[in-house]
Amino acid sequence: MAQIIVVTSGKGGVGKTTTSAAIATGLALKGHKTVVIDFDIGLRNLDLIMGCERRVVYDFVNVINGEANLNQALIKDKRCPKLFVLPASQTRDKDALTKEGVGTVLNNLAKDFEYIICDSPAGIETGAMMALYFADVAIVTTNPEVSSVRDSDRILGMLQSKSKRAEEGLEPVIEYLLLTRYCPARVTTGEMLSVEDVEEILAIPLLGVIPESQAVLKASNSGVPVIIDTESDAGMAYSDAVDRLLGEELPFRFIMEEKKGFLKRIFGS
Amino acid sequence: MQTPSLELKGSSFTLSVLHINSQDMAVITAELDSKLAIAPQFFLGAPLVVNLSTIKASNFDLLGLKDILTSRQLIIVGITSALPEINAMAKSIGLAIIKSGKAASNQPQMPKTTKIVKQNIRSGQQIYAKNGDLIVIGAVGNGAEVIADGSIHIYGTLRGKAMAGAAGDKNAVIMAQKIEAELVSIAGQYWLTENLQQNGAAPSGCIRLEGESLTVESLPL
Repeated sequence: MAQIIVVTSGKGGVGKTTTSAAIATGLALKGHKTVVIDFDIGLRNLDLIMGCERRVVYDFVNVINGEANLNQALIKDKRCPKLFVLPASQTRDKDALTKEGVGTVLNNLAKDFEYIICDSPAGIETGAMMALYFADVAIVTTNPEVSSVRDSDRILGMLQSKSKRAEEGLEPVIEYLLLTRYCPARVTTGEMLSVEDVEEILAIPLLGVIPESQAVLKASNSGVPVIIDTESDAGMAYSDAVDRLLGEELPFRFIMEEKKGFLKRIFGS
Repeated sequence: MQTPSLELKGSSFTLSVLHINSQDMAVITAELDSKLAIAPQFFLGAPLVVNLSTIKASNFDLLGLKDILTSRQLIIVGITSALPEINAMAKSIGLAIIKSGKAASNQPQMPKTTKIVKQNIRSGQQIYAKNGDLIVIGAVGNGAEVIADGSIHIYGTLRGKAMAGAAGDKNAVIMAQKIEAELVSIAGQYWLTENLQQNGAAPSGCIRLEGESLTVESLPL
């Protein structure tokens, strides 16, 4: 049975799509057949981050409306044979998603795939609710700042009350915290919330800490999921997060400030 | 989302009540006709509840009364304040037995119940313990609200709003392992974060109402 993983946050711009792309690619590279679905109808972005924007013919809404079948809409990733993308429609709005329609598509995907990653839009309206409704696991993407933490708290409340698992009284959705754009130096100076602060407020297990990194923007603009960039700190942190998602226990990297060496201190970094 | 094809909801309606003070059907018919003659359109098809509080005879001809009213296009919805024998008769001919509002309000008070919540209350969630205390085993997040008619106990950090004594109980208290609240209120008297800071709220404590103002005392929780 496939596992449905929603990447959600409440707040926009915290890195949901970057995370969806990285985690999906990471799972596929580990040999698991994975599909990543863009739920951000009308504001399609995942195709850009995955670098498949020129190959979008049919989309998620076409499949829901029966205008195309899944095989026509699924885009096979160029880099990884086990990875597929189901893009969002750019010309519709979120109301095109219905609970029955999304449920049917997810059921059909579950027959073929091991992991279904749902890239949620920001907010708490239809799109976000549809993305989280069928989830087995939720990766709550949070930036170390108060408004993002509060919105994540709100989304956690939604997961506990509005998801299918909550409504049907099944085992609750497994919740993980993924802290993105973390900058240890600014935590030391008190400008940013620390990992411990966020963990204490949200009280859910930590899946990973992704450092603020030049590599993320570069990867997004070139349409390559950052996890492929194995030399970069963000790529390595995402790779660790995927391993933890698969049950491994790893120490957290990039959460301490790097001591600058003598030469760096003189010449700057 | 599919909308259910039926829903059960409570609602109150204003109904005319017809008081019957006589057992003589001929007398009732005559008086009814003269009343109806005043405003025939007004009573046409009007739903009625028949009050039989003054009828002490168990052999009252309810069926006869129903026929009289029905023949004048009045619709009996039910009867009220009648003898048990007449109630039984009403049931057999398909009339409802309606308790008047006053009789219903004499019910004994609901016993106090305690509501226990074993999870973190997240932003945007609201928990209300009606007629009793609320115990939260977990934290109450920013933007969350916990409300109780009785006292509130939080075994965790209170970061949101807590309102105890919501129905006016001035003896209610709010206890929390760690108080970082946005608002605390007891029986309508409230403090915001800054009031809590000014009054030197201890990390863990108990907030009570003393006279008309709130006080906070530290507790070694």
